[in-house]
Amino acid sequence: MSEKKPILMQGNEACAKGALAAGVRFFAGYPITPSSEIAEILSEELPKVGGRFIQMEDEIASMAAVIGASLTGSKAMTATSGPGMSLKSENLGYASMAEVPCVIVDVQRVGPSTGGPTAPSQGDIMQARWGTHGDHPIIALAPNSVKETYEVTIKAFNLSERFRTPVILLLDEVIGHMREKVVLPDQESIEIINRKKPTVPPEEYFPYEPDEDGVPKMASYGEGYRFHVTGLTHDKTGFPNLSPGNTDYVIRRLHEKIEKNIDEILMVEEYFMDDAELAVFAYGSPSRSSLSAVRKAREEGIKVGLIRPITIWPFPAETVKKAAQKVSKIIVPEMNLGQLLGEVERYAKSDAEVIGLNRVDGELITPQEVVDKIKEVL
Amino acid sequence: MQELLDKYFRKDKLPHIWCPGCGHGITLGAVVRAIDKVGLDPIKTTVVSGIGCSSRAPGYMKFDTLHTTHGRALAFATGVKHAKPELNVIVLTGDGDAAAIGGNHLIHAARRNIDITTVLFNNSIYGMTGGQYSPLTPTGKLATTAPYGNIDQAFDICKLAIAAGATYVARGTVYNTTQLIGLISKGIQNKGFSLIEVITHCPTVYGRRNKMGTAVDMMKWQKENTVNVKAAEKMTEEQLKGKILVGELYSDTRPEYTEQYTKIIERLQKEGQQ
Amino acid sequence: MSNRVELRFSGTGGQGLITAGIIFAEAAINAGKNAVQSQSYGPEARGGASKAEVIISDGEIDYPKVTKADLLLAMSEEAYNKYKGDLKKGGILVMDSSLINKEPDIDAKVYKIPITKLAQEEVGKTIVANIVALGAITAITKLVPKEIIEEAVFNRFPKAKELNKKALNIGFEAVSRCKEC
Repeated sequence: MSEKKPILMQGNEACAKGALAAGVRFFAGYPITPSSEIAEILSEELPKVGGRFIQMEDEIASMAAVIGASLTGSKAMTATSGPGMSLKSENLGYASMAEVPCVIVDVQRVGPSTGGPTAPSQGDIMQARWGTHGDHPIIALAPNSVKETYEVTIKAFNLSERFRTPVILLLDEVIGHMREKVVLPDQESIEIINRKKPTVPPEEYFPYEPDEDGVPKMASYGEGYRFHVTGLTHDKTGFPNLSPGNTDYVIRRLHEKIEKNIDEILMVEEYFMDDAELAVFAYGSPSRSSLSAVRKAREEGIKVGLIRPITIWPFPAETVKKAAQKVSKIIVPEMNLGQLLGEVERYAKSDAEVIGLNRVDGELITPQEVVDKIKEVL
Repeated sequence: MQELLDKYFRKDKLPHIWCPGCGHGITLGAVVRAIDKVGLDPIKTTVVSGIGCSSRAPGYMKFDTLHTTHGRALAFATGVKHAKPELNVIVLTGDGDAAAIGGNHLIHAARRNIDITTVLFNNSIYGMTGGQYSPLTPTGKLATTAPYGNIDQAFDICKLAIAAGATYVARGTVYNTTQLIGLISKGIQNKGFSLIEVITHCPTVYGRRNKMGTAVDMMKWQKENTVNVKAAEKMTEEQLKGKILVGELYSDTRPEYTEQYTKIIERLQKEGQQ
Repeated sequence: MSNRVELRFSGTGGQGLITAGIIFAEAAINAGKNAVQSQSYGPEARGGASKAEVIISDGEIDYPKVTKADLLLAMSEEAYNKYKGDLKKGGILVMDSSLINKEPDIDAKVYKIPITKLAQEEVGKTIVANIVALGAITAITKLVPKEIIEEAVFNRFPKAKELNKKALNIGFEAVSRCKEC
């Protein structure tokens, strides 16, 4: 294998390129800073590979079109920022309920409302979890570099196809807009997962009958299966069934297909945690500042480690539980007022004290701030 | 009839949920007869709907069917059609679904002239939620949310679709199904965006509150208050006062959205090979 | 961490500072180094404050932004006033003296170069002021060999090679002429 040349690439570009490597064939979106580069690149690249791009009239329509396209068998995605996420939430719930694979990118900017279009934030963490109504499972991933954005975008498609579920890619403005050195892997070396297709004749097909792994096989429109898809509570046939028994079964099954397979979904990195007495828990761009801070603190002999979840939802509860038994304090630097901090507290319980380090001014947390916090709580 | 039922209906899902006397069953019958008349391949046909009484129709139809969120049928349908242009895409929607919450999607689907046939079941009311007024409820009529009479002005949804760029626009009634089947058939055959507004009736929550009599009386009302566009050409303004025009209101040819996109793909792939 | 170099290019939207940042980072990578480029800008497509940042290192770059700049390029008085405080003591200040009518008031190694004026009068186009600046910064920092920055510029503007080559050279030469400034 020839050594590939390193190139300078922007985070949003890596996202678009990763999507193409994963096999995206449909993109519907609406312009919004700081995500628009993803739409721009895919509008240029998709038709070259026989795929299709469309700029819809709004974010609601974009999400709807993505679901419609996915039902025809296309790998489909959309990209937006917080204000657009608010609008997409409606049909994000539909994708969850109707089990339609798709990827939604949220390049987070400062909110609420219009907020600061070019200022980074991690204010949409809880929106990703609970933005749409009703009890629904969600997978959300937060890379911290340009290269990882490429890899995690592929992973997002794989997970959405594997589990017939929407996957949210939570970038932040720092990651989306920065340019960094990357060496892209050869296409042949990339693992691609496609949705399971039915092999039975149409009269024997139940679009919502799960296999043992909890995931039903998915036919495409136009193949002769002539199946029904609805956002109403439905049974294995796909038709409405609002009985209490079925309602309970469906909602629990949607969660179980994720929980049961959590090992395939969770991605967490740990640095210097072996002998750590203190931990920093950080994700997205602040995890870069945190790693830098942890390295500096280690140089000064402070036994501090870093836990960096790439998978935000489902939350890596076990990692936190284990860490809390080992360290006395966990610092959670976030570009919000403590959204994931609550989750860390939930699983650290009384085993470790959880301390926030929060910025909501549209600026990235600096390594020095993390170092200062480490020293303060020592 | 039996043959149509076997071919196009999920018979195990019948009877339908619509009230006795509702015009939606007749409208659905006309849609299926039009599909049969045009000869669409049922395997290559997707029927999409939003939320409301009309939007339950696809559930009874033996096609690939997509019952979506309120107002969004055309946006979902745009994704289906754009991703797989060989599919025939039909949207069944209501006056609240298409003209209120879905109004923006309607004008933009029309603007793109994407090849989707939209049949709008206009019963002048939100039936499923119990009788609230819609953007197509005539001024002065009563609704649960207009207890003193509706002061809103109604859309002429056909004129709106024409202005937005639809290439086939027609209006029919459930009273005149022969005409309606013809209009829907032509809508399906149009390579572009088609809107067929169907004047249907809701005896339960609209007719009763507005003292319009039985379902039969409401169908008679349709007969007495509509005039074919052709006949209207020879009528005076006085004679046309208060009448609703039915028939083919607009027909034109413009480039279709997905065909235009396919041309881009073909051009780029040709360039890529060179 | 000791070989981490932080550069900040600041000025007004439309001066091509982000493009300059991208080119410099690209050249650094082509020269075998690690580089991260980021930016911030106002809502205006043209005008308003603009800055691009480039971090260059032989090792990993964790924190992608400037904390204390090793080099500040100031192409407007507003930018100079805003960012002069973030320059390291004794750091390098490159000022566009054709746009800033002010004596530097910080502890820095100062290069006063009439960047925009040189672009206008010697290359014939103000639009290449960013490339003149890149030429100067390349000569001052020696972080990237001249032929590599040239290649990165050509790569970005394949249709205007001669123009940009001239701009780069003028920036380069301006530094040697400016030893005493």
